[in-house]
Amino acid sequence: MPEFTAAEYSAILLSLKVSLVATLLSLPFGFAAAYVMTYRQFRGKVALDVLVNLPLTLPPVVIGYVLLILLGQHGFIGLHILQPLGIKLIFTWKAAVIATAVVGFPLLVRSIRIGMESVDHGLIQAARTLGAGWFDTMLTVILPLSLRSVIAGSALMFARGLGEFGATIIVAGNIPGVTQTIPLAIYDYASSPGGDSMAMALCVVSVIISVAVLLFHEYLSHRMIRKD
Amino acid sequence: MELRVTVNKAFSPFNLTVDFTVSQARIGIFGPSGSGKSTLVSLIAGLEQPDEGIIQLNGETLFDRSINVPPEQRRIGIIFQHPHLFPHLNVRNNLLYGYKRSALENRRIDFDCLIEVLQLGPLLERGVNNLSGGEKQRVAIGRAVLSNPRLLLMDEPLSALDDTLRFQIISHLKSVCETFDIPFLFISHSLLEMRLMADQVISVAAGRILGSSTAEELARQRLGASPVGYINLLKLGLPTPAAGMFAYPWGSSRLLMSAGPSRDESMAELSSKDIMLFKKHPEAISARNLLLCTVRSLFSSGRKIGVELDCSGNTLIAEVVQDAVDELEITPGSSIYVAIKASAFRLLPG
Repeated sequence: MPEFTAAEYSAILLSLKVSLVATLLSLPFGFAAAYVMTYRQFRGKVALDVLVNLPLTLPPVVIGYVLLILLGQHGFIGLHILQPLGIKLIFTWKAAVIATAVVGFPLLVRSIRIGMESVDHGLIQAARTLGAGWFDTMLTVILPLSLRSVIAGSALMFARGLGEFGATIIVAGNIPGVTQTIPLAIYDYASSPGGDSMAMALCVVSVIISVAVLLFHEYLSHRMIRKD
Repeated sequence: MELRVTVNKAFSPFNLTVDFTVSQARIGIFGPSGSGKSTLVSLIAGLEQPDEGIIQLNGETLFDRSINVPPEQRRIGIIFQHPHLFPHLNVRNNLLYGYKRSALENRRIDFDCLIEVLQLGPLLERGVNNLSGGEKQRVAIGRAVLSNPRLLLMDEPLSALDDTLRFQIISHLKSVCETFDIPFLFISHSLLEMRLMADQVISVAAGRILGSSTAEELARQRLGASPVGYINLLKLGLPTPAAGMFAYPWGSSRLLMSAGPSRDESMAELSSKDIMLFKKHPEAISARNLLLCTVRSLFSSGRKIGVELDCSGNTLIAEVVQDAVDELEITPGSSIYVAIKASAFRLLPG
């Protein structure tokens, strides 16, 4: 096994950081989206459903390109919102976070929705007649009872984020030490002569992280079952 | 308590169209399953909206064309058919869920007193998932009552329970509502439950109100149509063993029954079909109970004639056909012998 240099360590750390931040950032929005789609009836619900799930079926490269157009210097958001605020996103690790968040979002929402749909409607009605408003009910009944699916969705999204490649390389580029995550580093090594062993080593690291995430998820789920 | 409900709600297979005003504390809503009773509960509680109409409680409008008070602000508690306890909270926190959310000035139910009435003390720190069916329903009752409601809706709260538990829960429901003086609407398809719980009963069928009467009147009206006849509910004293049977004091008389006490039963059911009437004293009969009673009144129900009897102060309803009335010359004021088999009684936990 080859020795990792600072560049590889920073790629591993950056992967973890990007995925973690993207997941945490998406959680409140994902929960809200799942809540709205499970419990509210409104016009355009189908449109919202399609929009949320679209990244699941689109090639990540397409998502990256759309984000680049929106967030770039001449893009709508980039020009009218980000520039006046002095924020530069493209080709920074923050762009990688946004790309990862968009790609992983449908996985999070789907998982939370499944959990919410399994919450007995009678419990929600009981909470309402006991004096809890909808927000109160959401926090004290729906959230605790769908917590397992929130954790499962987060784990799934985090794991998916670690593998994000297509969208990230377009909006964040592949700058070692700045925006190079594990998949991008593997891509670099695999396409340069003599990089095979390094690519393989990073693959092993990927596998270890993924297994760790799955085990952590299992551990949390089991702990919650025992609490029941 | 005054509740006014004038609503229209479309749902398959029929529309719910009701219009009533009630002011008593113990109201029953009686009707077969699927007659719209539960929908009515949801409308009153605010869990569903009527298509049109008005709902008012104690003069306050809860729903009309421009007003729709959300359920959490109506202060109307519900005891559902299933307990719907929060599985992630223990018994104490389930009980306190509504209490914590009630306004300070409305809090009049004392936690410790309620625990005492419902005998929930030993359960407080337990999780709710391994409670028995009766325990769960008791917690659900306590939780609804502790939310300090102005009105309690009981939507078939007993139908998921077995017979023994039903009567235990009935006595808990009654004692809680009496102790804390909470008016209620008791919804059920069981006439017996109506008679035990409600003073005034509104009958519904296929989304419409058929009429309003006392539970007793309703039971008498249905004597002819019901396959079990009219069920007499007898309040009994403590039994003593007698000749292989048990003698129960019933008012000033004594009834022999083959069934002995197994729990704390203090009531017995007796169908009007199981009562035989004799014009003269039958010299020797196998039925172990023979009482001399006075006919108080007669009423007809379907093809049957109900005979209201005065048995030394106690009331008994027997059923006969018109032929028997003529032959036995049953008229109000006449005396008649009543024979009941010792095995005809069914003991109920009181």
